[in-house]
Amino acid sequence: MMAMSRLHQYANPMRFARLSKSLLPWVGALTILLLGIGLYWGLVASPADYQQKDSVRIMYIHVPAAWMTLFVYVNMAIASAVGLIWRHPLADIAAKSCAPIGAGFTLIALVTGALWGQPMWGTWWEWGDARLVSVLVMFFLYLGYMALWQAYDEPTKASRAAAILALVGVVNVPIIHFSVEWWNTLHQTASVLKIGGPSIDASMLWPLLIMALGFTAYFVVLLLWRMRAEILARRIHVLMMQKASA
Amino acid sequence: MMAFWQIVRRDLLLARRQGASSLLGVAFFVIVVSLFPFAVGPDAIILASIGAGIIWVAALLATLLSLDRLFQADFEDGSLDILVLTRQPIAMLVLAKTLAHWLTTALPLIIASPLLAMFMALPVDVFATLVISLAVGTPALSLIGAVGAALTVGMRRGGVLMSLLVLPLYIPVLIFGVGAMGAAMMGQDASSALMLLGAISLFALVLAPIGAAAALRLALE
Repeated sequence: MMAMSRLHQYANPMRFARLSKSLLPWVGALTILLLGIGLYWGLVASPADYQQKDSVRIMYIHVPAAWMTLFVYVNMAIASAVGLIWRHPLADIAAKSCAPIGAGFTLIALVTGALWGQPMWGTWWEWGDARLVSVLVMFFLYLGYMALWQAYDEPTKASRAAAILALVGVVNVPIIHFSVEWWNTLHQTASVLKIGGPSIDASMLWPLLIMALGFTAYFVVLLLWRMRAEILARRIHVLMMQKASA
Repeated sequence: MMAFWQIVRRDLLLARRQGASSLLGVAFFVIVVSLFPFAVGPDAIILASIGAGIIWVAALLATLLSLDRLFQADFEDGSLDILVLTRQPIAMLVLAKTLAHWLTTALPLIIASPLLAMFMALPVDVFATLVISLAVGTPALSLIGAVGAALTVGMRRGGVLMSLLVLPLYIPVLIFGVGAMGAAMMGQDASSALMLLGAISLFALVLAPIGAAAALRLALE
């Protein structure tokens, strides 16, 4: 671990702790600003949809959360690859810290999708929406990843096993997405709501984009926070081991 | 190449010496499918409409059930260490063991599948598509499963964890397998779904041994 830290100057946990400490307030303020503007614009200032009325406003939470589902997974896979190839300890911690955040965004996307589905389709869950089904599969992938971390006692071994799984997963994500789309066109149900695409009006697109940026900033805050907590937890573990052996 | 066939032969021999236990997977497959008529009733129209999906899901579960033994026995008695020490590429070892696994578990499922198609009141002219779709799709199941088996080898409750890891990755295989059947049932050409199924199998053939080898190396440290 010590030799590793000297090899990679950015892998030094202490340096990271200092850097993240000075970075966190700024990213935190940015998050509050972006989410504040986005939420006000989306929930109050933007027009209601002529068809869906005010329930269209669920979109400002649902769509960014669904985007984050994939974004966080890709980040997790990149961190996993860096950790696996260069044995970069901070990358392992970053990958581990991504998973619960991504699972959280996935859960938000699923719950808001169900809440949106109720007034739109009359059902809580609509298998006809390929995107929603893809998000469900992503949720399972996150659960498997976290379960694999839990299954190992040693963090170094767990990080490598989980990294292999994350990389296998990220290769499969496009295949899963494509196959779900294909499956969906085979079983097309009557009224599938089309969101996004060119049909969205600028008055709705702008708050949506700001919300997406806000979610991304929020992800960075949570990631830095979780990584700090993980580093501290490991240090506590080491100290307790030392105390026990002394 | 010699070593490859040696490992395949060894695993096939081991499976044969174990006798009936290697056929338990087929028994499971047949029983699971035969449960469904009891659950949904004997209506031939309902059975035919859900039959292909049920046979595919049962094949998936039967494969999964047998996968946790793929590396486990060799890991426990130490022969996995010896196989790795022979300095053959571990990916090749994975491929050989997966081929043997496919021959001993997936092939019997494929052979038994027309019987189950009959149970599920599927029309006779889709039997061939069922057999072909299983033959093209099950290699992907074994290969993707090998990664999961390698990741969970040596764990106490590895089987349950493996299903959580592997089942989401099986979804595309399931979709295209059942998709081919759906096309055949409607009298359409099933070849596009079959080709996509084959693409997944070939893709898995290239990547899964590498992933499984990395996981095995980790497990043997």
